[in-house]
Amino acid sequence: MRVFNYVGKNIRRTPYQALAATMIMFLTFLTLLLFLLIAIGSQKILQHYESKPQAIAFFKDNATGEDVDAIEAALKQTGKVKNLRFVSKDEALQIYRDRNKENPTLLELVTANILPASLEISTNTPSDLAIVAQILQQEPVVEEVVVPEDVIKTLTKATGVIRWVGGVSVGFLIGFSVLVILMIIGFKIRIKRNEIEIMRLLGASTWFVRAPFLWEGITYALIGAVSAWVLTYALTWYFTPFLQPSLAEIELLPVSPIIMVELLGIAILASLTIGFIGSFSAVRRYLK
Amino acid sequence: MAQTIVKFDQVSKKYGNTLAVSEINLEVEAGEFIFLVGPSGAGKSTLLRLIAKEYPPSSGKIFVFEKDISKIKSSNLPFYRRKLGFVFQDFKLLDDRTVFENVAIALEVRGHSDEQIAKEVEKILKLFEIWPKRNLFPNQLSGGEGQRTAIARAIIGKPDILLADEPTGDLDPQTSWGVIQLLNEINSWGTTVMMATHNVEIVNTLKRRVVSIRDGKIIKDKKEGRYEIH
Repeated sequence: MRVFNYVGKNIRRTPYQALAATMIMFLTFLTLLLFLLIAIGSQKILQHYESKPQAIAFFKDNATGEDVDAIEAALKQTGKVKNLRFVSKDEALQIYRDRNKENPTLLELVTANILPASLEISTNTPSDLAIVAQILQQEPVVEEVVVPEDVIKTLTKATGVIRWVGGVSVGFLIGFSVLVILMIIGFKIRIKRNEIEIMRLLGASTWFVRAPFLWEGITYALIGAVSAWVLTYALTWYFTPFLQPSLAEIELLPVSPIIMVELLGIAILASLTIGFIGSFSAVRRYLK
Repeated sequence: MAQTIVKFDQVSKKYGNTLAVSEINLEVEAGEFIFLVGPSGAGKSTLLRLIAKEYPPSSGKIFVFEKDISKIKSSNLPFYRRKLGFVFQDFKLLDDRTVFENVAIALEVRGHSDEQIAKEVEKILKLFEIWPKRNLFPNQLSGGEGQRTAIARAIIGKPDILLADEPTGDLDPQTSWGVIQLLNEINSWGTTVMMATHNVEIVNTLKRRVVSIRDGKIIKDKKEGRYEIH
């Protein structure tokens, strides 16, 4: 464990460089973790909408049970349908009542006759939606077909953009972090050139000389990663009460502790990799 | 007959176009105390650095412990150097470490335990009478104390050969004699000492083997010799 004493001494003797390196690492990992959380969240939102009935066919009042059965059979035959659910007029009224139970005025005005029976259809993929909608629109007993296709398209596009922007930003910051570690460790090796020469004359092995520099780079990355994770966790806790009401139907917040532990694992693994690559490149370049 | 511990066989060393040492043939026996004397730039330090394998000779071969050191792989170089001790004119102590830490590092690189290091360092610092200074940094030491620390670091690993490059160069005469007495004592324990020096008085008083070098060539090699280059 002598190597960690050397690392500790190196860090204490150049506190500003250590602080700069750790702050860069912190920024990198904060960005990485926030983008990962946003990516996970947007994916969950998308999955939520994809798993919801994607199309709703409202029936005319003269639609019979046989008509509905025939339509269901026709839809099933396409092989595109994942789930079908018939909502009768009475069930529709019950749903309406549940949703508006705090507004008695709205409840008074509505009876089962006003609300149409409907068929909620979820498809295997969002692209199947158009085919299903086309079939339904051709049915004479169908009054109206509601397809939230645009919402999914927008969400899919947004998720793609988030991933792309996040990927590029994180990639850039990772590259920047590796270079910062390389520069700082390289600088330290240069200012310790005499010491290294003396240690080598005393019989220090290559790894005896290299190890403290390698661990120093890894330490900066590790401290940056763990502190960024702590702040990320704190931010999710802080924002949960504000965001939860608008995401009531989606099980997103509070973020599961399992996900946070997984994120910590990813951050630690990434920090070890970034720290190692940065400092190893420095010792390879400056400690020949 | 004593074992030949260092042997130079037609060794030359060039730095660019400058010839530092030329066709050197020299044998040193185990346990000898040998002075390398000559003016500045004669090639004394180069001979010591060649033994340390800081760089290779331009031509010729160097045998240490009866092995051709050019054949030592870089991975084995640390093990080879642990059999050597180095003392320099400017001490080459690590400025940000205390006396204790400067000496301890020689054992740390050898992988000794903290307990062993504490014991050994205490022993040698007491022997060299610098134990009370163990917590001071090099810039808080006198020249003599600094050189004693450097010698302690050089010999704590019990090297077979001690290479001393102008160890008294920056010291006053009285302190120089203290350092020489120390080197003499180390030699009496069986360690071979090779010392590059300008100091006429020390060389002439000690009456040890003197190898005189000028312009990179050995011009004299005498047992119980004197400093005769002027």
